[in-house]
Amino acid sequence: MKLLGRSAVLGLIVVAAGWYLTRPQPLSPDVFNGITADSENGAIIFAAAGCASCHNADDQPPELLSGGRRFASPFGTFIAPNISSDPTHGVGNWPDVALASAIMVGVGRDGEHLFPAFPYTSYNKADVQDVADLIAYLRTLPASDQPSQPHEVGFPFNLRVTLGPWKALFEGDDWALQDAATPEIARGRYLVEALGHCTECHTSRNALGGVDRSRWLAGAENPSGDGRIPNITPAALTWSASEISEYLKSGFTPEFDTAGGEMAAVVRNTSKLTDGDRDAIAAYLKAIPAIANETP
Amino acid sequence: MPTTMTKILTAAGLISVMTVAYADGHLTQDQQRGMDARQSHMGLLGFNLGPLGAMAQDKIDYDATVAATAAANLAAVAGISQDRYWVEGTDSSVEGSRAKAEIWTDMAGFEAEQTALVTATADLAAVAGDGLDALKAAFGPVGQACGSCHENYRTPRQ
Ligand code: HEC
Ligand code: HEC
Ligand code: HEC
Repeated sequence: MKLLGRSAVLGLIVVAAGWYLTRPQPLSPDVFNGITADSENGAIIFAAAGCASCHNADDQPPELLSGGRRFASPFGTFIAPNISSDPTHGVGNWPDVALASAIMVGVGRDGEHLFPAFPYTSYNKADVQDVADLIAYLRTLPASDQPSQPHEVGFPFNLRVTLGPWKALFEGDDWALQDAATPEIARGRYLVEALGHCTECHTSRNALGGVDRSRWLAGAENPSGDGRIPNITPAALTWSASEISEYLKSGFTPEFDTAGGEMAAVVRNTSKLTDGDRDAIAAYLKAIPAIANETP
Repeated sequence: MPTTMTKILTAAGLISVMTVAYADGHLTQDQQRGMDARQSHMGLLGFNLGPLGAMAQDKIDYDATVAATAAANLAAVAGISQDRYWVEGTDSSVEGSRAKAEIWTDMAGFEAEQTALVTATADLAAVAGDGLDALKAAFGPVGQACGSCHENYRTPRQ
């Protein structure tokens, strides 16, 4: 009896230590020292990072980041918050460092862990300059006074403190494609792995909801329940680099079918990039390891 | 005039594809035929969009006759009535179908997408023979009409 009590206490201490060690750690207040933000580049980062595809509302212009979109997951439904420039309902009065901490390390305004439905596990690899530019651009966008809605996530996943150990497991800042053979592939890797969150849809997840790196971009169940999201490694995506680049620009496949489903919104973003950046993404997709489709 | 000719050819093409034996499964003959017909219809759209898109993307040289013919075909196909294509019980839960269930819960929205394509392809057919710039300007809305319906009413390809 006594022994049991003791090990329970010990267990609690271990858990508490784990939570302490993995407590939310915002960025240092001086990250932006010496940086001058350029909101024009920020507009491109905003498109590449697809912030609007999650934070704008259906039937609204992409610049109105009023939130409200729902994201189904095995853990419950997440609802994107208002991140417009509204000082009360949006993030208008968050300091730059607070916004950067949300984007790059998943720490919210009140120092809480944010849910990884927000792809900060990708954005943590972004350049500080690009993040500064992005924040400057966000501040130029219109305000929406629509209140953010609470997530519909049950116990225990609603406990933000449990996200600490999760982050420690999955928040690596190393690249999935370790060797980028050319500067173009390296640029593509940056756009896909750091900004593009392509992997959020195109890579399957393990039981804990972390991206399965051994099946990088090899396709996944569609969280909305509609079919599967395609494998875009060279094992399945046999288009030439220029065909991939064209798809990301106009949405047309080589057979003149068009991008559909969730990819249509992604193409609205990639269509705003430069040809050079789209070519870089295509070069990257040609360079990643070919992984065959899973046989069910 | 290419239009009458292409309408006949189009219809002949559709009928020949429709008579291909239907796969065995749990579908009724009408369901399987509806699916085959609508997928052939989509194939004809993509086929005729091909040369227009290649010209609009500067991948092949502009040719007024080819452009006008393909655009007339596209408008003709877009105008075919789809009433018997979208048979109940043939959404994406059925093998070989990528039609979202929303087609049947939101038929008005789906029909609005069809109408948008009819308008865009008619506009393109009116100008496709008038030079590359005219073609490029009218091509965009056609691609958007295809894409908008695929975004809302079609499940991902596997
Ligand atoms: C895949 C969807 C998705 C994308 C893409 C996305 N977000 Fe989010 N974002 C979310 C979700 C969901 C949350 C809520 C997380 C939580 O409550 O823990 C969130 C939270 C936030 C927050 C915290 C807001 C608050 O009130 O706590 C900020 C700031 C934010 N996102 C900014 C951005 C920016 C900037 C981008 C683009 C670089 C972006 N997001 C891209 C889904 C997304
Ligand atoms: C009104 C909605 C709508 C419009 C407009 C539309 N499509 Fe489709 N398309 C669909 C649906 C739904 C499917 C899936 C049908 C199925 O799987 O049975 C589809 C399937 C396809 C396919 C795959 C066919 C196959 O063999 O499975 C192609 C190619 C295609 N569309 C091309 C086009 C092109 C090109 C255009 C524009 C010129 C276009 N579509 C316009 C709804 C539309
Ligand atoms: C929100 C989910 C989502 C995100 C994010 C996403 N994709 Fe996709 N992608 C899809 C879906 C769904 C399809 C299937 C489209 C269809 O059926 O027409 C697709 C299709 C594709 C295809 C065509 C594959 C084929 O065989 O038809 C390519 C290439 C592609 N995506 C590349 C990318 C790149 C590069 C990124 C990052 C910039 C990205 N995707 C981000 C959901 C997504």
